Amino acid sequence: MAKRRADVGTLYKGSPGQWSWLAHRITGLAVTLFLFAHVVDTAVVGWGPDAYNRVTEVYHNWVVRVLELGLVAAVLYHAINGTKIMVFDFWPSTARYMKPISAASTVLFLGSMVPITWIMGREILNLALGWDL
Amino acid sequence: MSVETRAGRSPAIPPGRGAEVRRRDRPAGGFELWSWLFMRVSGVALLGLAVGHVLIMHVLDEGVSRVNFEFVQLRWESPFWRTWDWALLVLALLHGINGLRVTVQDYVRWPGARFALNVLFALTGFLLFVLGTVIVFTFDPNAWPRTS
Ligand code: HEM
Repeated sequence: MAKRRADVGTLYKGSPGQWSWLAHRITGLAVTLFLFAHVVDTAVVGWGPDAYNRVTEVYHNWVVRVLELGLVAAVLYHAINGTKIMVFDFWPSTARYMKPISAASTVLFLGSMVPITWIMGREILNLALGWDL
Repeated sequence: MSVETRAGRSPAIPPGRGAEVRRRDRPAGGFELWSWLFMRVSGVALLGLAVGHVLIMHVLDEGVSRVNFEFVQLRWESPFWRTWDWALLVLALLHGINGLRVTVQDYVRWPGARFALNVLFALTGFLLFVLGTVIVFTFDPNAWPRTS
Protein backbone atom coordinates (compact mmCIF):
# COMPACT_ATOMS: atom_id res chain seq x y z
CA MET A 1 0.00 0.00 0.00
CA ALA A 2 1.39 3.37 -0.97
CA LYS A 3 1.98 5.58 2.00
CA ARG A 4 0.75 9.11 2.09
CA ARG A 5 3.59 11.53 1.88
CA ALA A 6 2.94 12.86 5.35
CA ASP A 7 3.34 9.35 6.76
CA VAL A 8 6.89 8.93 5.58
CA GLY A 9 9.66 9.94 7.93
CA THR A 10 7.32 11.31 10.52
CA LEU A 11 7.79 9.61 13.81
CA TYR A 12 5.48 11.30 16.23
CA LYS A 13 2.39 13.10 15.19
CA GLY A 14 0.46 12.89 18.38
CA SER A 15 -1.36 9.61 18.01
CA PRO A 16 -2.65 7.99 21.19
CA GLY A 17 -0.12 5.67 22.67
CA GLN A 18 2.88 7.33 21.06
CA TRP A 19 4.43 8.07 24.42
CA SER A 20 3.91 4.59 25.78
CA TRP A 21 5.34 3.22 22.53
CA LEU A 22 8.42 5.41 22.90
CA ALA A 23 8.77 4.61 26.59
CA HIS A 24 8.44 0.89 25.86
CA ARG A 25 11.23 1.10 23.31
CA ILE A 26 13.53 3.22 25.47
CA THR A 27 13.08 1.05 28.57
CA GLY A 28 13.59 -2.12 26.49
CA LEU A 29 16.82 -0.78 25.00
CA ALA A 30 18.09 0.54 28.33
CA VAL A 31 17.47 -2.77 30.09
CA THR A 32 19.15 -4.66 27.25
CA LEU A 33 22.25 -2.50 27.50
CA PHE A 34 22.35 -3.03 31.25
CA LEU A 35 21.93 -6.77 30.67
CA PHE A 36 25.11 -6.86 28.56
CA ALA A 37 27.13 -5.33 31.40
CA HIS A 38 25.35 -7.38 34.02
CA VAL A 39 26.17 -10.78 32.48
CA VAL A 40 29.85 -9.80 32.52
CA ASP A 41 29.87 -8.45 36.09
CA THR A 42 28.04 -11.53 37.38
CA ALA A 43 30.45 -13.82 35.55
CA VAL A 44 33.26 -12.41 37.69
CA VAL A 45 31.89 -14.62 40.49
CA GLY A 46 33.78 -17.44 38.77
CA TRP A 47 37.05 -15.73 39.71
CA GLY A 48 36.41 -15.95 43.43
CA PRO A 49 35.47 -13.73 46.38
CA ASP A 50 38.18 -11.07 46.02
CA ALA A 51 37.33 -10.33 42.43
CA TYR A 52 33.56 -10.53 42.85
CA ASN A 53 33.36 -8.46 46.01
CA ARG A 54 35.35 -5.76 44.28
CA VAL A 55 32.63 -5.71 41.63
CA THR A 56 29.73 -5.54 44.10
CA GLU A 57 31.49 -2.67 45.91
CA VAL A 58 30.28 -0.55 43.03
CA TYR A 59 26.74 -0.90 44.36
CA HIS A 60 27.69 0.75 47.64
CA ASN A 61 27.87 4.05 45.84
CA TRP A 62 24.69 6.12 46.09
CA VAL A 63 24.88 7.44 42.54
CA VAL A 64 24.89 3.87 41.28
CA ARG A 65 21.89 3.23 43.52
CA VAL A 66 19.99 6.04 41.84
CA LEU A 67 20.72 4.39 38.49
CA GLU A 68 19.60 1.09 39.97
CA LEU A 69 16.27 2.65 40.97
CA GLY A 70 15.94 3.79 37.37
CA LEU A 71 16.66 0.27 36.18
CA VAL A 72 13.96 -1.20 38.41
CA ALA A 73 11.49 1.43 37.16
CA ALA A 74 12.43 0.64 33.55
CA VAL A 75 11.88 -3.10 33.97
CA LEU A 76 8.60 -2.54 35.75
CA TYR A 77 7.28 -0.05 33.22
CA HIS A 78 8.29 -2.31 30.34
CA ALA A 79 6.71 -5.35 31.98
CA ILE A 80 3.39 -3.64 32.71
CA ASN A 81 3.20 -1.86 29.37
CA GLY A 82 4.24 -5.07 27.57
CA THR A 83 1.35 -6.84 29.26
CA LYS A 84 -0.97 -4.09 28.07
CA ILE A 85 0.27 -4.54 24.50
CA MET A 86 -0.37 -8.26 24.72
CA VAL A 87 -3.90 -7.76 26.04
CA PHE A 88 -4.77 -5.63 23.00
CA ASP A 89 -2.97 -8.05 20.66
CA PHE A 90 -4.58 -11.23 21.85
CA TRP A 91 -8.00 -9.90 22.76
CA PRO A 92 -8.61 -7.22 20.12
CA SER A 93 -12.09 -6.48 21.40
CA THR A 94 -10.51 -4.98 24.53
CA ALA A 95 -9.31 -2.13 22.32
CA ARG A 96 -12.67 -0.55 22.97
CA TYR A 97 -11.44 0.00 26.52
CA MET A 98 -8.06 1.24 25.39
CA LYS A 99 -8.26 4.43 27.43
CA PRO A 100 -9.21 2.92 30.79
CA ILE A 101 -6.81 0.00 30.31
CA SER A 102 -3.96 2.36 29.48
CA ALA A 103 -4.86 4.48 32.48
CA ALA A 104 -4.97 1.39 34.68
CA SER A 105 -1.52 0.27 33.57
CA THR A 106 -0.10 3.73 34.28
CA VAL A 107 -1.70 3.72 37.71
CA LEU A 108 -0.35 0.23 38.37
CA PHE A 109 3.15 1.34 37.39
CA LEU A 110 3.13 4.55 39.40
CA GLY A 111 1.41 2.85 42.30
CA SER A 112 4.01 0.12 42.54
CA MET A 113 6.82 2.66 42.22
CA VAL A 114 5.69 4.40 45.41
CA PRO A 115 6.74 1.67 47.88
CA ILE A 116 9.73 0.75 45.71
CA THR A 117 10.99 4.33 45.67
CA TRP A 118 10.52 4.47 49.42
CA ILE A 119 12.43 1.21 50.02
CA MET A 120 15.29 1.96 47.64
CA GLY A 121 15.29 5.72 48.23
CA ARG A 122 15.82 5.19 51.95
CA GLU A 123 19.03 3.28 51.25
CA ILE A 124 20.14 5.97 48.80
CA LEU A 125 19.71 8.65 51.48
CA ASN A 126 21.47 6.50 54.04
CA LEU A 127 24.43 6.04 51.73
CA ALA A 128 24.56 9.61 50.46
CA LEU A 129 23.99 11.49 53.69
CA GLY A 130 24.97 8.97 56.33
CA TRP A 131 21.41 8.87 57.64
CA ASP A 132 19.91 5.88 59.33
CA LEU A 133 16.41 5.65 57.91
CA MET B 1 9.61 -1.01 7.89
CA SER B 2 7.89 -2.96 5.15
CA VAL B 3 6.45 -5.90 6.97
CA GLU B 4 3.12 -7.02 5.60
CA THR B 5 0.48 -6.85 8.26
CA ARG B 6 -2.84 -8.52 8.21
CA ALA B 7 -4.97 -5.57 7.35
CA GLY B 8 -8.31 -5.10 8.96
CA ARG B 9 -7.88 -7.93 11.39
CA SER B 10 -9.85 -6.19 14.01
CA PRO B 11 -12.96 -4.17 13.33
CA ALA B 12 -12.70 -2.89 16.86
CA ILE B 13 -9.64 -0.88 15.89
CA PRO B 14 -10.23 1.39 12.92
CA PRO B 15 -7.02 2.08 11.01
CA GLY B 16 -5.11 4.97 12.43
CA ARG B 17 -7.08 5.12 15.61
CA GLY B 18 -5.48 3.33 18.47
CA ALA B 19 -3.80 0.82 16.21
CA GLU B 20 -0.64 2.61 17.34
CA VAL B 21 -1.02 1.20 20.80
CA ARG B 22 -0.52 -2.32 19.46
CA ARG B 23 3.01 -1.16 18.90
CA ARG B 24 3.81 -3.46 16.10
CA ASP B 25 0.96 -4.88 14.07
CA ARG B 26 1.03 -8.61 13.76
CA PRO B 27 3.07 -9.52 10.65
CA ALA B 28 1.31 -11.69 8.07
CA GLY B 29 3.72 -14.59 8.18
CA GLY B 30 7.24 -15.93 7.90
CA PHE B 31 10.11 -15.03 10.18
CA GLU B 32 8.57 -11.74 11.28
CA LEU B 33 5.46 -13.48 12.53
CA TRP B 34 7.58 -15.87 14.61
CA SER B 35 9.57 -12.94 15.89
CA TRP B 36 6.34 -11.16 16.84
CA LEU B 37 5.06 -14.24 18.63
CA PHE B 38 8.39 -14.90 20.33
CA MET B 39 8.46 -11.37 21.80
CA ARG B 40 5.08 -12.09 23.39
CA VAL B 41 5.72 -15.62 24.61
CA SER B 42 9.10 -14.66 26.07
CA GLY B 43 7.44 -11.53 27.46
CA VAL B 44 5.04 -13.65 29.48
CA ALA B 45 7.89 -15.78 30.82
CA LEU B 46 9.97 -12.70 31.63
CA LEU B 47 7.06 -11.30 33.58
CA GLY B 48 7.83 -13.88 36.26
CA LEU B 49 11.56 -14.34 35.67
CA ALA B 50 12.68 -10.73 35.23
CA VAL B 51 10.23 -8.98 37.52
CA GLY B 52 10.79 -11.64 40.19
CA HIS B 53 14.55 -11.30 39.80
CA VAL B 54 14.43 -7.52 40.07
CA LEU B 55 12.19 -7.57 43.15
CA ILE B 56 14.22 -10.25 44.94
CA MET B 57 17.69 -8.94 44.10
CA HIS B 58 17.12 -5.18 44.01
CA VAL B 59 14.15 -4.28 46.18
CA LEU B 60 13.19 -6.72 48.91
CA ASP B 61 15.21 -7.79 51.93
CA GLU B 62 17.99 -5.14 51.72
CA GLY B 63 18.20 -5.46 47.94
CA VAL B 64 21.64 -5.28 46.49
CA SER B 65 23.24 -4.28 49.81
CA ARG B 66 23.32 -7.93 50.76
CA VAL B 67 24.67 -9.24 47.49
CA ASN B 68 28.29 -10.37 47.61
CA PHE B 69 30.28 -13.50 46.90
CA GLU B 70 28.93 -15.34 49.92
CA PHE B 71 25.37 -14.55 48.86
CA VAL B 72 25.93 -16.10 45.45
CA GLN B 73 27.73 -19.06 47.04
CA LEU B 74 24.59 -19.84 49.04
CA ARG B 75 22.12 -18.98 46.32
CA TRP B 76 23.70 -21.18 43.70
CA GLU B 77 23.73 -24.19 45.99
CA SER B 78 20.18 -24.52 44.77
CA PRO B 79 19.50 -25.94 41.31
CA PHE B 80 16.24 -23.97 41.41
CA TRP B 81 17.98 -20.59 41.39
CA ARG B 82 20.58 -21.76 38.88
CA THR B 83 17.80 -22.81 36.53
CA TRP B 84 15.91 -19.57 37.11
CA ASP B 85 19.01 -17.48 36.41
CA TRP B 86 19.91 -19.46 33.33
CA ALA B 87 16.37 -19.24 31.91
CA LEU B 88 16.44 -15.50 32.58
CA LEU B 89 19.82 -15.21 30.87
CA VAL B 90 18.67 -17.00 27.73
CA LEU B 91 15.22 -15.41 27.40
CA ALA B 92 16.35 -11.86 28.22
CA LEU B 93 19.22 -12.10 25.72
CA LEU B 94 16.99 -13.44 22.94
CA HIS B 95 14.14 -11.02 23.70
CA GLY B 96 16.45 -8.01 24.12
CA ILE B 97 18.53 -8.73 21.03
CA ASN B 98 15.49 -9.42 18.90
CA GLY B 99 14.23 -6.06 20.16
CA LEU B 100 17.48 -4.45 19.03
CA ARG B 101 16.99 -6.05 15.61
CA VAL B 102 13.46 -4.66 15.30
CA THR B 103 14.68 -1.22 16.37
CA VAL B 104 17.55 -1.28 13.86
CA GLN B 105 15.03 -2.23 11.18
CA ASP B 106 13.04 0.88 12.05
CA TYR B 107 15.86 3.42 12.00
CA VAL B 108 18.71 2.10 9.86
CA ARG B 109 17.94 2.28 6.16
CA TRP B 110 21.22 1.24 4.57
CA PRO B 111 21.27 -2.59 4.30
CA GLY B 112 25.01 -2.84 4.88
CA ALA B 113 24.83 -0.97 8.19
CA ARG B 114 21.76 -2.94 9.19
CA PHE B 115 23.52 -6.20 8.55
CA ALA B 116 26.67 -5.10 10.34
CA LEU B 117 24.72 -4.01 13.42
CA ASN B 118 22.67 -7.19 13.52
CA VAL B 119 25.81 -9.33 13.24
CA LEU B 120 27.40 -7.30 16.03
CA PHE B 121 24.38 -7.74 18.32
CA ALA B 122 24.01 -11.43 17.52
CA LEU B 123 27.68 -12.04 18.18
CA THR B 124 27.56 -10.11 21.45
CA GLY B 125 24.51 -12.11 22.47
CA PHE B 126 26.17 -15.40 21.61
CA LEU B 127 29.33 -14.58 23.57
CA LEU B 128 27.30 -13.48 26.60
CA PHE B 129 25.19 -16.62 26.33
CA VAL B 130 28.31 -18.80 26.39
CA LEU B 131 29.92 -16.82 29.23
CA GLY B 132 26.77 -16.82 31.35
CA THR B 133 25.99 -20.48 30.71
CA VAL B 134 29.50 -21.61 31.59
CA ILE B 135 29.46 -19.61 34.83
CA VAL B 136 25.97 -20.63 35.93
CA PHE B 137 26.65 -24.33 35.43
CA THR B 138 30.32 -24.64 36.39
CA PHE B 139 30.42 -22.37 39.43
CA ASP B 140 31.41 -24.52 42.38
CA PRO B 141 30.41 -22.99 45.74
CA ASN B 142 32.72 -25.41 47.53
CA ALA B 143 35.78 -24.42 45.57
CA TRP B 144 36.08 -21.29 47.70
CA PRO B 145 36.41 -20.78 51.45
CA ARG B 146 33.23 -20.00 53.36
CA THR B 147 33.32 -16.79 55.30
CA SER B 148 30.66 -17.89 57.77
C1 HEM C 1 9.26 -8.29 32.13
C2 HEM C 1 8.46 -8.74 31.20
C3 HEM C 1 8.54 -8.27 29.75
C4 HEM C 1 7.46 -8.15 28.95
C5 HEM C 1 6.01 -8.48 29.31
C6 HEM C 1 7.93 -7.67 27.67
C7 HEM C 1 7.12 -7.48 26.56
C8 HEM C 1 7.55 -7.01 25.35
C9 HEM C 1 6.76 -6.98 24.14
C10 HEM C 1 5.34 -7.48 24.02
C11 HEM C 1 7.54 -6.44 23.17
C12 HEM C 1 7.16 -6.25 21.71
C13 HEM C 1 6.58 -4.90 21.45
C14 HEM C 1 6.16 -4.76 20.01
O1 HEM C 1 6.12 -5.75 19.28
O2 HEM C 1 5.89 -3.62 19.62
C15 HEM C 1 8.80 -6.09 23.76
C16 HEM C 1 9.83 -5.44 23.10
C17 HEM C 1 11.09 -5.28 23.62
N1 HEM C 1 11.56 -5.72 24.85
FE1 HEM C 1 10.42 -6.58 26.26
N2 HEM C 1 9.28 -7.48 27.72
C18 HEM C 1 9.70 -7.84 28.98
C19 HEM C 1 11.01 -7.82 29.45
C20 HEM C 1 12.10 -7.33 28.74
C21 HEM C 1 13.47 -7.36 29.20
C22 HEM C 1 13.95 -7.95 30.54
C23 HEM C 1 14.22 -6.75 28.24
C24 HEM C 1 15.70 -6.52 28.21
C25 HEM C 1 16.58 -7.49 28.30
C26 HEM C 1 13.33 -6.35 27.17
C27 HEM C 1 13.73 -5.69 26.00
C28 HEM C 1 12.90 -5.39 24.95
C29 HEM C 1 13.30 -4.68 23.76
C30 HEM C 1 14.69 -4.11 23.46
C31 HEM C 1 12.15 -4.61 22.93
C32 HEM C 1 12.03 -3.94 21.54
C33 HEM C 1 11.41 -2.59 21.67
C34 HEM C 1 10.68 -2.13 20.43
O3 HEM C 1 10.49 -2.92 19.48
O4 HEM C 1 10.28 -0.97 20.42
N3 HEM C 1 12.06 -6.71 27.51
N4 HEM C 1 8.79 -6.46 25.10
